[in-house]
Amino acid sequence: MRPGWLDRIWPLLPVLAALAFTSVLLLLFKASPVVAFSAMLEGAFGSSERILNVIAFWIPLLLCAAGLLITFQAGLWNIGIEGQIILGSIGATWVALSLELAAPLQITLEILAAMAGGALWAGIAGWLKTRGGVHEIFGGLALNNLAIILTNYLISGPWQPPEGGSFRGTVPFGEHALLPLFDGSRFSPLALILAGTAFSIVMIALRNSTWGLKLKALGRNSRSAFLLGVSSNREAVLAMMFCGALAGLGGAVRVLSWFDSLRQSISGGIGYLALLVVMLAAYRVLWVPFVAFFFSAVLNGAIVLQLRTQLHSSLGDILTGVMVLFVLLLGDPIRLRGLRRAKDDG
Amino acid sequence: MRVELQNIRKHFGEVRANDDISLIFEPGKIYGLLGENGAGKSTLMKILSGFQKPDGGKIILDGKARRFDSPADALAAGVGMLYQEPLDMPPFLVLENYLLGQRRGFAVNARQAAKDLRELGKKYGFDIQPEEHIRDLSLGERQQLELLRLLAGGAQLLILDEPTTGISTEQKVLLFDSMRKLAKDEGKTLILVSHKLDEVQDLCSQVFVLRKGKLVGEAKLPCPNELLVNLMFEKLPPRRERASREQKQVALELKDAVVATPRLELQPLNLTVYAGEVFGLAGLEGSGQEILLKACAGLLPIRSGSMQLGHQPLDQLDYHAARAGGISYMAAGRVEEGLVAGLTLTEHMALVDQEAGFFVDWAGSRARTKERVQHFQVVGTSESTVEQLSGGNQQRFLFAMLPSSLKLILLEHPTRGLDIRSTDWIWQQLDERRKDGTAILFISADLDEVVERSDRIAVFSGGRMSRVVDAAKTNAEELGHLIGGEQ
Ligand SMILES: Nc1ncnc2c1ncn2[C@@H]1O[C@H](COP(=O)(O)OP(=O)(O)OP(=O)(O)O)[C@@H](O)[C@H]1O
Ligand SMILES: [Mg+2]
Repeated sequence: MRPGWLDRIWPLLPVLAALAFTSVLLLLFKASPVVAFSAMLEGAFGSSERILNVIAFWIPLLLCAAGLLITFQAGLWNIGIEGQIILGSIGATWVALSLELAAPLQITLEILAAMAGGALWAGIAGWLKTRGGVHEIFGGLALNNLAIILTNYLISGPWQPPEGGSFRGTVPFGEHALLPLFDGSRFSPLALILAGTAFSIVMIALRNSTWGLKLKALGRNSRSAFLLGVSSNREAVLAMMFCGALAGLGGAVRVLSWFDSLRQSISGGIGYLALLVVMLAAYRVLWVPFVAFFFSAVLNGAIVLQLRTQLHSSLGDILTGVMVLFVLLLGDPIRLRGLRRAKDDG
Repeated sequence: MRVELQNIRKHFGEVRANDDISLIFEPGKIYGLLGENGAGKSTLMKILSGFQKPDGGKIILDGKARRFDSPADALAAGVGMLYQEPLDMPPFLVLENYLLGQRRGFAVNARQAAKDLRELGKKYGFDIQPEEHIRDLSLGERQQLELLRLLAGGAQLLILDEPTTGISTEQKVLLFDSMRKLAKDEGKTLILVSHKLDEVQDLCSQVFVLRKGKLVGEAKLPCPNELLVNLMFEKLPPRRERASREQKQVALELKDAVVATPRLELQPLNLTVYAGEVFGLAGLEGSGQEILLKACAGLLPIRSGSMQLGHQPLDQLDYHAARAGGISYMAAGRVEEGLVAGLTLTEHMALVDQEAGFFVDWAGSRARTKERVQHFQVVGTSESTVEQLSGGNQQRFLFAMLPSSLKLILLEHPTRGLDIRSTDWIWQQLDERRKDGTAILFISADLDEVVERSDRIAVFSGGRMSRVVDAAKTNAEELGHLIGGEQ
């Protein structure tokens, strides 16, 4: 019954389809796909610095995607993850600017504040949904905007650098407040360890914890789950907050290693990207790190592509965008099968 | 339309749901399809209606061999089916649902279609309002709409899979009248899948009987029920008489309790249910008996008055607290309200495990599932997902999940969709529980079941509860009068 082979290679299909589609596009514009893609490859993996960049970008993306695995499991569309990343950045910045402690303590507090900030923002979206009946997509979008407004207010108000330069952001944080970086790159080994740990926890929670099972039931049929004893509202808010905490941690990684200060558009769209990652991975846990890495490579490679050829770096966005369209077009085999099965009863 | 099935085979792993079945259905007749739970009735009908593909065999319509890729395909060829479980409830208007799945041009003349729909409804005595929302329809009304949709789509063969579970008596009468009309006046072929032998005797001219995926017999009707039962079951254990029990301790007590939903407010309720008692509730669907049950389960608040479980006040309890306090509630819809499609039996068992720690005890849950599955004779394995079970087996599994010690069990239509043997067996299980002082409050649309299985009975009509009658001193007829609103 199970189309096993199709399931296994599933994420490759939209990737290949998107590569083919983009190649045709390039040919139409009289550019060589071979040149373009090899420039991209070169941009992503051409030097050790570039590889480290890809990894550094991958870390917060993986953190967010891991969190989203939890909310998707509970049947929630946590589109507010962007705002949760931003609140995490703000939380970390707040500690970085207001305290001056020994590095280990300082960093620990920054990370905790970031996770609390993300969890708070997600908790509000969850609360709005369960108490106010506001769908998490609308609540999340509103909170995303609010988070952007809050950032702009902070960096042009209370946290404005004293010299008031043209640059929109806070002052760079002191060395003790930043994550230790690997060999002058933007890559922080500590962040990688945190992301790996977070991902393992998510994996275990989904496979073996009672909580993960409750979320699964909730996501598939909230009415039945409630009748079987799952406190649906509580679990939904908890799932949101868990995801928010990981997104917040991702935000901390952004301000404390990728950058060195809080800036405008600090999240860099990583939250939305993470949603695409999880969808492209067809909600399968083990696929997520690979798909996230692939996204990171494509986007970082595209930046160099622009320098090398006359092509604009948005080719990377086009490529990822088209891939997602193909995911939607080809249909998610797992979901589809789920639906068929649900009707196959009686 | 003359329908011929030749050597239909369908296997699900080890299970031979359909094993080389050959049948012929002639036009202008109503056929019955009988068989115990899991015999393969729904599977065969789903194959005929294009919902599932057979592993082997042929479908021949009016002499032409056909293959269907989808139900829409089958409908285009004249085969329409009403499914056993109502499909999901789309957020549509009645009219939109009706237009859906009809192969017409791109432009839709909504006004004309609404008029068609109303007229078609009138023809069969259905009161259909095209502007209504699907979610506001009762199960019976949704079924009528679906039937009209199939007819408008050109169905010449109509399959009805257990259509009378969950609809009111009035709706049943309407449905049967329209079925007779369709066969006699319009020459359509009808197939009725049912566990209710009286209905089948009443309506059908011929039956086919399946057992374990095989066709084991056929009979012209009417014939003695015994003959059919013998065909359906290899051996039927003798029925045990239920013992009546001395009842003294109060299990559940309602005093002037007021409960309401936006659609209906109940008259203040006064009711005492004793420990070890089976209390039956009858009435047309939506008359208030469901509301009483939900209130007892903690799903609806008591506005005024009081409710007590033993000596414990219940009126402030929410559903989960009530569950923890020894009250179990089983809703009417199986797959919508009780089971989670996509989860295995083991996962369900782990979910309701009250001693669950942080980690799931998979080994323990699996062992418990296997033991329960065996004890409750659920046809399925611990790794089956619930939607792979046949309708009757889903119901058995719901019973298998009930905790072992309970003060009060609240049941909506406990034996809906079960065959005679399973029905009897489930009631035996429930009777066993009475020994431990568990009280049982149940709703059933089957008046004979209410009279036969209860100690005492109350009837609801229009939000009002009748006097309480002693089951030993009443009959279905008297209940029928009470349902009509007589005092
Ligand atoms: N999708 C499926 N996957 C696996 N097994 C299935 C599936 N559908 C049905 N079965 C199995 O096939 C057998 C026949 O099921 P079917 O639903 O046809 O029974 P039925 O006669 O309609 O029973 P009931 O009266 O309980 O509705 C059952 O043992 C069931 O477990
Ligand atoms: Mg069936």
